[in-house]
Formats: sequence, C-alpha cells, structure tokens
Amino acid sequence: MELTWESLAFLIFSAMTLGGGFAVVTQRNLFHAALFLMLSLFGTAGLFVLLVAPFLAAVQVLVYIGAIAILILFAIMLTRRIMGLETTLNSQWPVALITMVILFVSLLLVLTPLGDNVSGERLNATFTEIDKESEVSDVSFTTVAAIGEAFSTRNGFVLPFEIVSLLLTAALIGAIVVAREDEA
Amino acid sequence: MKDILLDLGLADGLAAVLANVIGAGMLATIFLLIPIFTIWVERKLAARFQNRIGPNRAGPLGLLQSFADVIKLLGKEMIFPRHVDVVPYVLAPVIMVSAVVLIVAVIPLAPTIIGTDLSIGALYFIAVSSFTTISVVMAGWGSNNKYALLGAFRTVAQLVSYEIPMVFMLLLPVMLAGSMSMMGIVEFQSNYWMIFYLPTAAIIFLASNIAEIGRAPFDLIEAESELVAGYMIEYSAMPFAMFYLAEFLHAFLVAVIFSVLFLGGWQGPFAEDLPVLGILYLTVKTFIVYFGMMWVRMTLPRFRIDHMMAFNWKFLVPLSIVQLLVAAFIWKIMPEPDLTGNLIERWVNEFPRMAVMGISGLVVGYASLVMLRNYASQQRKHILSLTTTTQTYPLAVSPTPATGQSSVIVVTPGD
Amino acid sequence: MELNEWAFIGAFFAIAWLLPVTPIVLNRILGPRRVSDKTLVKTDTYECGVETVGDTWGQIKLQYYLYAIIFLVFDVEMVFLFPWAVAYNALGIGAFLAGAVFVFLLVEGLVYAWRKGALEWS
Repeated sequence: MELTWESLAFLIFSAMTLGGGFAVVTQRNLFHAALFLMLSLFGTAGLFVLLVAPFLAAVQVLVYIGAIAILILFAIMLTRRIMGLETTLNSQWPVALITMVILFVSLLLVLTPLGDNVSGERLNATFTEIDKESEVSDVSFTTVAAIGEAFSTRNGFVLPFEIVSLLLTAALIGAIVVAREDEA
Repeated sequence: MKDILLDLGLADGLAAVLANVIGAGMLATIFLLIPIFTIWVERKLAARFQNRIGPNRAGPLGLLQSFADVIKLLGKEMIFPRHVDVVPYVLAPVIMVSAVVLIVAVIPLAPTIIGTDLSIGALYFIAVSSFTTISVVMAGWGSNNKYALLGAFRTVAQLVSYEIPMVFMLLLPVMLAGSMSMMGIVEFQSNYWMIFYLPTAAIIFLASNIAEIGRAPFDLIEAESELVAGYMIEYSAMPFAMFYLAEFLHAFLVAVIFSVLFLGGWQGPFAEDLPVLGILYLTVKTFIVYFGMMWVRMTLPRFRIDHMMAFNWKFLVPLSIVQLLVAAFIWKIMPEPDLTGNLIERWVNEFPRMAVMGISGLVVGYASLVMLRNYASQQRKHILSLTTTTQTYPLAVSPTPATGQSSVIVVTPGD
Repeated sequence: MELNEWAFIGAFFAIAWLLPVTPIVLNRILGPRRVSDKTLVKTDTYECGVETVGDTWGQIKLQYYLYAIIFLVFDVEMVFLFPWAVAYNALGIGAFLAGAVFVFLLVEGLVYAWRKGALEWS
C-alpha cells in the first residue's frame, strides 16, 4: 500500500480513536478515562474530515467534546470514587464480552460486502454530479444547504426535524425531574 | 508559496504540505505576537482610565514593558506543586493557547488573504472555542486545589451558559448571508454592514463573547478577591503566562470576529483592489471594538455569580430566541431587492430591507430593556418595603417629639 | 479542494500546539529549578497559608450538572438550526414556520426549567 498524506492522516486519527477508546476502558482513574474519551472523539472528528464531511466533524467537536464530554466530567465529579478503582471489570463483563463479539462479527459481515460494493467506480456512481475521473479530494462540500432544505420542506424531513426538538425538550424535562428528585 | 517550493525541486505532495505548514506558522505566529502589543495598550489605557500613568520605564512610553515581562517570565521557576495530576496540569495551558490560536485560521484579513476559507467557518469558530472549556476543567482538576476546582466549575458553568446566546446570534449573520463561510459573510456586507440589519443581535453577541473570555464585568473566572485567580491558582512562570496570553489573544480575536461578522470585516473603499487596505480597515475596526471592550471592563463592577447566571438564562437566552425569530420572520417577508446595479443603486435598493430589519431589531432591544427596567424597579421597591416595614430596630425614641412626629433612628441590617 | 483546506487546518493544529510548548520548554531550560526536595512548603497546595483539609477531588454541586444538561440540549438544537439558517434564503415562508415550531418546542423546555427553578444558582 502506498503511503499518501491522506492515509497517514487516517492512520493517526485511527490510532487516536482506537488508542483513546482502549485507554478509556482500562484507566483506573475516571477523570483520565474521560480525557481519553475526548481524544477518541477527536480522532473520530478527524475521520469525518477525511470522509469530506466537515459539518459532521465540527458537530462532533462541538457536541461531543464541547458538551457531552463536559457533562460526563460533571457526572464523574458527582460520583464518590473517582480514582483508584481496584478493577475495571464488574460482574457483567462476560455478558459485555459476548455482546461485543456478536456486534463485531455482525459489523464485519455487513460492512465487508458493502465495502466491496462501494469501492472503485461504484463509489463515484452514487455522486451523479461528479464525473468518474474525479478524486475524492475534489468532492466539494455543499450538502449543508441541502440538509437545511430537507429540514424545512414538506416533502423532506420536516416532521423528523420537529420530533427532534420534541425529543430534546423531553430529555431536558426528564433530566431536570431526575436530577431534582431528591431536593423536591 | 507552493510554486516556490516546487521550483526548489520538491515533490508535489511534500511541497503542498510544507506550504501549508509555513503559511500556518506565519499566520499563527503573527497573531500570537499581537498580545505583546495589546497588553501594553490595555495597561496604558487602564492607567489613563484610573488617572495613573501606567508602564513608562521600559522603552519610550513603556512600549517594551511586555518584552521585559516575557524575559522575566522565562527566568522564573516553574513550580510543580506536590499533589498535582501532572498530565492534565501541564497540558491545560497548551490546549488553552492552541484552542485560541486555531480561531485565527478562518479569519478573513483581506479579499484574498485568509488562512483557509472553510465552508463551515462560523461553526468551526465555535467548535474550536469549546476546547477552552476542556482546558479549564483539566487545569482545575490537575491542580488538586479546592480553589482551582471550584473556580474551574464556575468558569465552565459560565462558559457553557453564555455560549447559547452567542451561537443563537451567530445564526443570524449566517442566515442573512446564506453561508457559514467567513468570507461569504463578509462579502454579503458589501452594501451595508451586518450591524445595521441586526443591531440588537450584535450587542448580545458582543456581551456574551465578553463573558466567554471572562472579562469584567463577567470576570468571575478570576475573581481575585474570592477565588484567588480561580483555576490558575497553582500555575507559575510560563504556564501561567500561557493562560494570560490566551486570554488577551482571545479578547483580541473576539474583537476581530465581531468586526468580521458585524462591521463588514475588510469591506471599505477600494479594498477589493488593494488587499492591504482591507487589512487596514479590519485593524481599525478591531481596535475600535477592542477599545469599547476595554471601556466596559474599566467601568463596570463585577457581577455576582447568581446575578450573572440569571442575566444569561433569564434575559439573554429568551431575548436572543425572540430576536432570532423576529429577524427570521422579517427577513422572509421583505422582498429581495435587485442587487445588480452599481454601488449607489445597490444602496438605494437594499435600503428598505435593511431599515425594516434594523428598526425591528431596535424595537426588540428597546422592549427588552423596558421590561428589564420595570423588573428592576419592582425589585428595588420590594427590597425597600422589606427594610422599612419588617426589619427596623429602633435604637432610641426621643421622649418629647419636637415636630409632632417621634424621631426614630433606624438601623438597617446589612449596612 | 475541501480536503486541501483541511490540510491547512491540520498544519495549524500542529503549529498551535508547538507555539505554547516552545516557551514552556524554554522556561524549563532557562528558569531555576530549586524544587529538588519535595517536602518544601512552596510545593504545598496553595490555600492562603492554611493547610488544606480533606480530599480536593470530592463532590460538586448538582447545579453544575443541570446547567451542563440544559446546555447540551441547546447545543444539539443549534446544530440542527445551522443548516436551516444556511438554506433559509432559498426557501419559502414554510421554512420560517418549521424553524419557529422547532424553537418554540425548545422554549417549552426552557420555561419548564425556569418554573422548576433549575436555572436558579443555589
């Protein structure tokens, strides 16, 4: 395999994602685990950039690192024992292991043929406006406006768009009810 | 840049990478050196505001003061307190500076001069700003100090809270320009600056950004008298200076971003033909905004933390939502003018839409201020009634009323 | 072309990390290093001269968590509003209605939080 700058970046970001993920589950210090989670999420954002999806990359950083990771840190601070866990395994680890293996195998089964299908010329076939000779790096990102249009036209996704808002409101109310239960 | 490197006989891929690195290095370094100057400006101005002279020893007018400080800081001892969590403690200042420097990449300096014109520039600006939050938590945790941790949590609560009105108001320039690219937003302002369409939004954006950088009156992040410098308490020498540098650079960049989004960026007479003029216009606008920010900083006292949170959640957030909806509605019902003629024609054609948008924004802003004033006067009456009716302690009553009333000396608790 | 622009951002990331590291390393080299003895008072936790009591990394107030949750909800909301804002010029009045309903549903949550006192700093 030829080592291009793109593949080098891919290797770096994959290493960040996988290494960060591995450190999350092995760290005994919950705070450090959360920091490694951020590293992993950042690697994912980099992968999104390589897939020419910068909007998703920015969302990944903004929502996951900027908001969810902060929420996780605050949640960690609410727990009693942050450091020095004796073991990172609890009684459910066999179930988790089995689930993980099943998930991994099924992902492999689904993605491998899919990868064969969309490789080469088949990849370009889905982007009708791009001629077959063009490279991935020439794909311009103009889908943000298309997403926005889909959100607000009747034939598009206006109902899911509103339901998202409803869901978020429900999440907000639920969080407040749960969090303030002990005080009320 | 890439062409020069290709001429030197480098491979195409390597030349592209090197060109990127050199360009990025130059841009970032230039911006990183700006605080050396702005710190001097700020100290000098603060001194004038307080009727002092300010730095005046190092160099003419004290201009070299910041250089002297940098050299002094390099010679200081870096103290690692015994109980720190080393990795987060050391990484925090680095992440803080890098997060702020990253903003520079999408700032359009002139029609042709920009780091890189990302199609999601505006979103990129908020995304990289969120790294500062992480840095604050790491500093607070890593220091293993109760003041630091408390300060860090307060800071994070402040940063995330004020991000909401900021982003809501960032949506409006994006909506009007129909683009998230910073260059696209500047080009939209070739007829009228954004601030004429969105006066209230501009003020909300600036206010919440001042809170984001933790300056007075929102400087609870440092709060010397309560939290002894907050999350920075355990830092010394260069790591501390990095936080300081990041704060000043961030303040400067906020002024730049405000000029870009609302004051037309590089737009000005002949800027299209001569890029240097564009840089000059942007610099002048930036320093006017920066001076305004300093003025606010020198004038207003610090908020109390509960007031600050209430100000955001109960005033700025509802106001920004109302402003967003009103502006979106007006923008939709106003017919799109013909913008093909020369500058005068475009000015005339665009004027009605701009005027209606601007006036609607001012009405929203004024109405909210009236509501705020009424609420404040109610509160004042409430407090006044509490102190005069239920909590008076007569110390002495004069036995013979001289004027028909008994004169009572009242002590109000809490004075 | 888009990927080339991001290559610049990648280079910027590297530079942005290098710039603050350089003075810190310089400081480490140039500055004095007298803390050989880890029992020195100056390496103590700074608490205005008072010895620190108990563990720092303890519990925090629930209030911070509530702010973070409300922020997260708004953050996700705004991520959805950005594409809407970009496409807004090209769309009809229906786009305004879609956005308005979206925001109003969110306002409901904010009003609930306000009435329940979740926005109070306690």
